[in-house]
Amino acid sequence: MSDGAVATPQAPPRPALRLGFGGPGLTRGLVVGYLSVMVLLPIAAVVSTSLENGIGAFWDAVSAPQAVAALKLTVVASLIVVAINVVAGTIIAWVLVRDEFPGKKIVNSLIDLPFALPTIVAGLTLLALYGDNGVLGISGVSFTRVGVVMALLFVTLPFVIRAVQPVLLELDREMEEAAASLGAGPLTIFRRVILPNLTPAIIAGAALAFARSVGEFGSLVLISGNIPFDTEVASVFIFGQIESGNTESAAAVSVVLLMISIGVLFLINLLARRSMRHER
Amino acid sequence: MSVSAVDSGQKNIVQGGRLARYGLRSFALGYLGLLLLVPVLMIFYKAFEDGFVHAWESVTTPEAQHAFWLTIVMVLAAIPVTTVFGIACAIVIVRHRFRGRGALNAIIDLPFAMSPVVIGLALVLVYGSRDGWFGQDLAAAGIEVIFTPLGMAIATAFVALPFVVREVIPVLQEIGDDQEQAAATLGAGPWQTFWRITLPAIRWGVTYGVILATARALGEFGAVAVVSGRISGSTETLPLYVRKLFDTFNVAGAYAAAVVLALLALAVLFAMNWIQRRDRAILAGPSVAAEPAAVVPHIGLPDEKESRS
Amino acid sequence: MARFSTKLRRGGTAGPPSAAAGSRGGDIRAALVAGVLAIGLGIGVAACGGSSDASGSDGSGGTIDLVAYSTPQELYEQRIEPAFTETPDGDGVGFKNSFGSSGDQSRAVEAGLPADFVHLPLEPDVERLIDAGLVAEDYDAGGKGSPQNSVVVFVTRPGNPEGIDSWDDLVTGEVEVITPNPFTSGGARWNLMAAYGSQIAQGKSEQEALDFVAQVLENTPVQDASARDALQTFIGGKGDVLLSYENEAIQAQNAGEDVEYVVPDETILIETKAAVTEEADDPEAAQAFLDFLLSDEGQRLFAEGGYRPTDEKILAEYEEEFPTPKDLFTIEEFGGWETVATEFFDPENGSIARIEADLGVATE
Repeated sequence: MSDGAVATPQAPPRPALRLGFGGPGLTRGLVVGYLSVMVLLPIAAVVSTSLENGIGAFWDAVSAPQAVAALKLTVVASLIVVAINVVAGTIIAWVLVRDEFPGKKIVNSLIDLPFALPTIVAGLTLLALYGDNGVLGISGVSFTRVGVVMALLFVTLPFVIRAVQPVLLELDREMEEAAASLGAGPLTIFRRVILPNLTPAIIAGAALAFARSVGEFGSLVLISGNIPFDTEVASVFIFGQIESGNTESAAAVSVVLLMISIGVLFLINLLARRSMRHER
Repeated sequence: MSVSAVDSGQKNIVQGGRLARYGLRSFALGYLGLLLLVPVLMIFYKAFEDGFVHAWESVTTPEAQHAFWLTIVMVLAAIPVTTVFGIACAIVIVRHRFRGRGALNAIIDLPFAMSPVVIGLALVLVYGSRDGWFGQDLAAAGIEVIFTPLGMAIATAFVALPFVVREVIPVLQEIGDDQEQAAATLGAGPWQTFWRITLPAIRWGVTYGVILATARALGEFGAVAVVSGRISGSTETLPLYVRKLFDTFNVAGAYAAAVVLALLALAVLFAMNWIQRRDRAILAGPSVAAEPAAVVPHIGLPDEKESRS
Repeated sequence: MARFSTKLRRGGTAGPPSAAAGSRGGDIRAALVAGVLAIGLGIGVAACGGSSDASGSDGSGGTIDLVAYSTPQELYEQRIEPAFTETPDGDGVGFKNSFGSSGDQSRAVEAGLPADFVHLPLEPDVERLIDAGLVAEDYDAGGKGSPQNSVVVFVTRPGNPEGIDSWDDLVTGEVEVITPNPFTSGGARWNLMAAYGSQIAQGKSEQEALDFVAQVLENTPVQDASARDALQTFIGGKGDVLLSYENEAIQAQNAGEDVEYVVPDETILIETKAAVTEEADDPEAAQAFLDFLLSDEGQRLFAEGGYRPTDEKILAEYEEEFPTPKDLFTIEEFGGWETVATEFFDPENGSIARIEADLGVATE
């Protein structure tokens, strides 16, 4: 993760960066403390539950065919959703910031709505709209993997858009103007000047979208069909394990999901850093 | 004068030809239409399917009102704390250098990747009064966490955690720390630097972070459901009430309550925009008309050109 | 860093005036943030200590913490509880209600959810509480823990266009069956045991019965996570027949949904269980409430609401609403829930789990 520091040839050796309340140590301590209590502790509880019956049981739970199928579906669907979001989200953010059309402000205000709705409403609405028997019924959506992707796109809509918007707003047009005056075409300007600046934001949005997709339950559960090995996602499988009294197994699959998330996020970050280095 | 978050005050160099502009716009509107506008219209339509009176009655029962206020309390309890720590966390990750920074960054998104049922389970494991890791001791001290609004606020803060951080980090990276460095060399203390330089610069990141975090807090169902115990009129938030309406075959009522949630989210968005507008109006003075965006004290003007890499 | 690092946009003014202006804007923001924080923390802390207004009476006669499954919510809140407070035993008693899925509620009580009275449709969920020491082992001695029953029925479209009235109609291959996922829904377990038991009742062997269940699942395109979701899916237009509790079907009809239902000749008796908990704050009030449920008046209230009373005399009064199936069996015939939960529904080795796995492998 880049730290945004910029080398200034003429500047004196930079003083230690001091930002925050009472110095870096206290801020860092408070932040780490908050995160530990709020995030690490519950996660530790899950990990400890998953290992309650030993690592053998952990492995059995995670390698069960139904679990594997559910995990595979979840990860693949989430990756697809992230890919779509990266492209669509950036375009939409661009249009919202740089373009002008009647009703733009209204559209902009609505972006976060899918998100503020309880997931059951989201699922119900999508089903009522695009399901086989829906108002705008498209066949092959409800109770299929397409339905899974659609529900996930709905709940992750704001992430990339809202991550890119603030950065686009802060972008200084000077460089674009300079590049244009040097004869660069719009696409080149976008690729070489703007996009590299947007990349960290896109990554941040993509990370949120992926993490959310992987854990999503409520909006999926109505439209996906939940057929084991076919349209059952990891969160439904986990829920089933809990209902069946298999808490350790549920915790084990959750831990694997977390590990997969960390892995994918790490990879995305790596790719981003690699691509930024290329620009050099 | 457009003072919303969607500035287009300046000439758009990169737009390219008309075709490109209309193409992009059509794609964006088409995508949003399918996934946003039509569903939102549907929700409003279904809310009033059984009549306006029915919808109104469904959301004004004593139980509904209690759920409404409880939801507001959850948001007020969880979001300010999340925002403060979100900004602090973003600063620590971007501006400080220390070992474990990468790990810190990785942990941030984890609350999300957990299925809500598991989050609820984990919180009960930690804070449950009967068998919880800390819950037993807390209960002995008279503090009940699970099945009370306190536990629900913790669950809400848990799921809202990543947003402010993730929105602020890219902006922090984008603006670089020249200004902050300059302020430091001019003798500004860390707090001053933060208040006068950093915070105004990251305002849009914070704004969107708060909007997203609040929206998420408003709509959170799964984790809060497990931690709340679903006690009607006591630990039932609006999303839980939506589920209850759905379960009792009052689907129109469920949609009506969802509309209330949507309106709350919109209210937050407008409030945040209003705050931005007020600040900007004060900061920019008479020449604000053409410059709707961030205004920052510009120290070290002559050195600006050299600070490019 | 290779990218052209951007800078903050220049403001309308530069120099000292904007610095001062910055502080004014910052002050307002500071005030707002502080204000919101203060409100938030204050309300938050206050909310923790706050308690609710219980439904029903003033609570002078005690308060009952009622924890039950989600279906009878309306019946409890609008008919049974008010009726109870009219009786001398229930005078002045207030209620704090929690409704949710059987498993969720059971786990919540186990984790410490305050409960004086529990009512759940799955015996294993009550067993969990017995194991935790929260419910007495003999809670159901003499039937004192069984206030209400139901049966598994076929829910169909109006007019029953497919002519579904027996189990064999479900496996013709031309009929789509909706039933929830047995691992996430207790209701689904009753449904599948009804399917299994119907074959046994017809004289088939255990293996043939299991094959039948497999066939039913093969014809099930959607396995919703809960019984209510399944009903919603069916009402939304999917499927030709829904396996469901009788009282759910009745409730749907009463709510104006366009569905009919058929009570098959062979079906299972869904026995719900209720108990006063060991750690009840107000055991007398809770016990009085349970007694009320078992009394004639209580039983009639259940019957009016679409739930089969356990009192045979009252059940006979409502013969028309609740026809007795030719072959009504209970879970006892298969060894009770403890055996069934392991033998059939164990997520790894249960027979249903294996059926689902085989089906799944076939669909891959």
